[in-house]
Amino acid sequence: MTRYLSVIALLLTSVLSSSLAYGQGPSITIGSKSFTESVILGEILAGLAKNTGSSVNHRKQLGGTRILWNALLRGEIDAYPEYTGTIAREILANQKITSRDSMIDALSAKGISMSAPLGFNNTYALAVTAPTAKRHSLKTISDLKRFKDLKLGFSNEFMDRGDGWPALKRRYGLPQSDVRGLDHDLAYRGLKSGDIDVIDVYTTDAEIPYYGLTLLNDDQQHFPRYDAVILYRSALKITAPATSEAFEGLAGRLNVTTMARLNAAVKLNRQSESTVAAEFLKTTLNITTHAVPETALQRIYARTVEHLFLVGISLFTAIFVAIPLGILAARRRRTGQIILSIAGILQTIPGLALLVFMIPLLGIGSEPAIAALFLYSLLPIIRNTHTGITGIDPSLQNSAIALGLPPTARLRLIELPLATPSIMAGIKTSAVINIGTATLGALIGAGGYGQPILTGIRLDNIGLILEGAIPAALMALIAQFGFEWIERRLAPNGRAEVQT
Amino acid sequence: MSKWNAAINLNNGLVVSRLILCDGAMFELQNISKSYGAVQAVTNLDLTIASGKTTVLIGPSGCGKSTILGMMIGLVKPDAGDILFNDTPLSVGKLEQKRQRMGYVIQDGGLFPHLSARRNVTLMAQHLQRNPQETANRIQELCDLTHFPEAALDRVPAQLSGGQYQRVALMRALMLDPDVLLLDEPLGALDPLIRFDLQTELRDIFRSLGKTVIMVTHDIGEASYLGDTIVLLRDGRVVQSGAITDLIDNPFEDFVVRFMRAQRSVPGTPRENSEPRPDE
Repeated sequence: MTRYLSVIALLLTSVLSSSLAYGQGPSITIGSKSFTESVILGEILAGLAKNTGSSVNHRKQLGGTRILWNALLRGEIDAYPEYTGTIAREILANQKITSRDSMIDALSAKGISMSAPLGFNNTYALAVTAPTAKRHSLKTISDLKRFKDLKLGFSNEFMDRGDGWPALKRRYGLPQSDVRGLDHDLAYRGLKSGDIDVIDVYTTDAEIPYYGLTLLNDDQQHFPRYDAVILYRSALKITAPATSEAFEGLAGRLNVTTMARLNAAVKLNRQSESTVAAEFLKTTLNITTHAVPETALQRIYARTVEHLFLVGISLFTAIFVAIPLGILAARRRRTGQIILSIAGILQTIPGLALLVFMIPLLGIGSEPAIAALFLYSLLPIIRNTHTGITGIDPSLQNSAIALGLPPTARLRLIELPLATPSIMAGIKTSAVINIGTATLGALIGAGGYGQPILTGIRLDNIGLILEGAIPAALMALIAQFGFEWIERRLAPNGRAEVQT
Repeated sequence: MSKWNAAINLNNGLVVSRLILCDGAMFELQNISKSYGAVQAVTNLDLTIASGKTTVLIGPSGCGKSTILGMMIGLVKPDAGDILFNDTPLSVGKLEQKRQRMGYVIQDGGLFPHLSARRNVTLMAQHLQRNPQETANRIQELCDLTHFPEAALDRVPAQLSGGQYQRVALMRALMLDPDVLLLDEPLGALDPLIRFDLQTELRDIFRSLGKTVIMVTHDIGEASYLGDTIVLLRDGRVVQSGAITDLIDNPFEDFVVRFMRAQRSVPGTPRENSEPRPDE
């Protein structure tokens, strides 16, 4: 146990020291949404900020608009790339936005500044494959009305947003009913395999030329303009004026072809976002970023530290809460049933849902992930503590009582030692579940092995997916064997099995 | 209660004629009843256990003998009636302190499997923070008394033989020098040879200690060999109690006769166990 504690302590120190190791200058946190263009833009912002002497942390692929916007409002991030259409229709949907000025006013009332447009309009479009377009002679969105049986696959965000599918369907009177929500990056593969016929795309998507897709003309001008801008906290003008000026300096420097080219460099040529961003900054703005691309080993090490941090803290606190709860459950039958039911219900909440529930309470990053993992770790430990104690041979319980041992001494000297194998098995189960579930933490910016998996899915890069999946599996195996080793150490004679 | 008192008061009000010299009553059970659901384990039982003597509770399975022992140490709570231990009701004061004045051994010993024999024996002494030197002396004394090899003290229960296991259980019960030993079929799980030896040893131990012993068994041979007083139970009631000779010579009912005879002897061998005890 002491050894276990020291590992945790070591982890904590290394995480703390690495977070304190940043240099002087204002500290800026950039956010980006979970699609490649946003990540590239985020890297560009990070490069600009770094160039002005700020210490920069880029929380990549944090999620969708709501998560980024709320994180910006809360100050968890200082800036992120956004689109005017999204601001008007999503973020400020319940306010009357008639002009660019009214948008700027509404934003600044919330302490947020918007940069001038960066130079490209990445609006939504519907895309079909060239053969589909040819077969049905599809040219405009209106043409879709004639083909009721076409299968539509839209990104989850497009399904929900104000100008998304429901509004589009109404505007054009589209008859299709087979509509699926799916991850944007998977949509291309679905289109290619023929599982779906029509998808939503962004006009700067690298895949449009790659897959030879035909964009359907928005003949009724349904989609608003989605001019790329930078949203940043107005406070930056005071705390990091050089950085906010550098952000403004990006205005008009990125046209739609450049953006599509950058996207393609990442998605199709497999260059890293930071390399592509650095090249752009060099050629367009003559800014040299001394960003040294991480080697695979450095990446894996960094992800391992993050993952261990999530798993270690959540499991450790869960052990300290769950064992007493398990003891209580074993002592009092009625209370025990309530405790076990609540822990059981927690266990049935899907991991992603639990993470999302945590965001309003704890924001983004590692805190909500740790809280969710903590809740997940409770049940196996509570249940096994309960089973371990209630499963002790009654004659041993009676012997302990008959000796005259008071209840606390019985617990310490007899019941807990006899229940140890069961409790350790519970901790082991929690650890393994926890290591797997922690990969979801990347979805809310907690980092860990989920990060390369998410990026790998986004970039269709199996290597990156494995870079997260294999270490996660190894960590689970190590946890399994490690706890078995501790278990043997705690029961040196191997006699601690509960006799039944 | 005088110093001269009847060993056993029967629930039918009869006082057994035989009087025993003793210091008083260790346990008095007054009008005790206990049922498990629909099963009446003990019914309106009055029983007095004399100090300094060995009392054997005997009877067929389900007669309530183990339940009575369990009630004496407070593991089983009677539905009705009072139990006095050293003239104080068990329900008054700290039960744990009273239990520390009793030593309890069950059929399978109930040794804690995760602790060495030594730790099993000294667990309570350590918990009460007794002087370690005294504890060490005491454990040596007990090893001598129970013929337990000191070298085996550091084994865990699973590494002990059946006889050794029960010796450790007995040592654990005797560690704090209790007022009374409660033995619930302590030899029931042992093979006949070890059982025979241990019976002999137990008799020596009981005699040398002069403690109050209450033992439950269903073996009439063992009962007559070890017991000063035999309490024959059936269906949660006392059928007859007294010295073994009383039960043989003066049975109250046919069941007593049948129970006393329900022991087969091997042809051609003398029944050592049923011989009259030389000191009586």
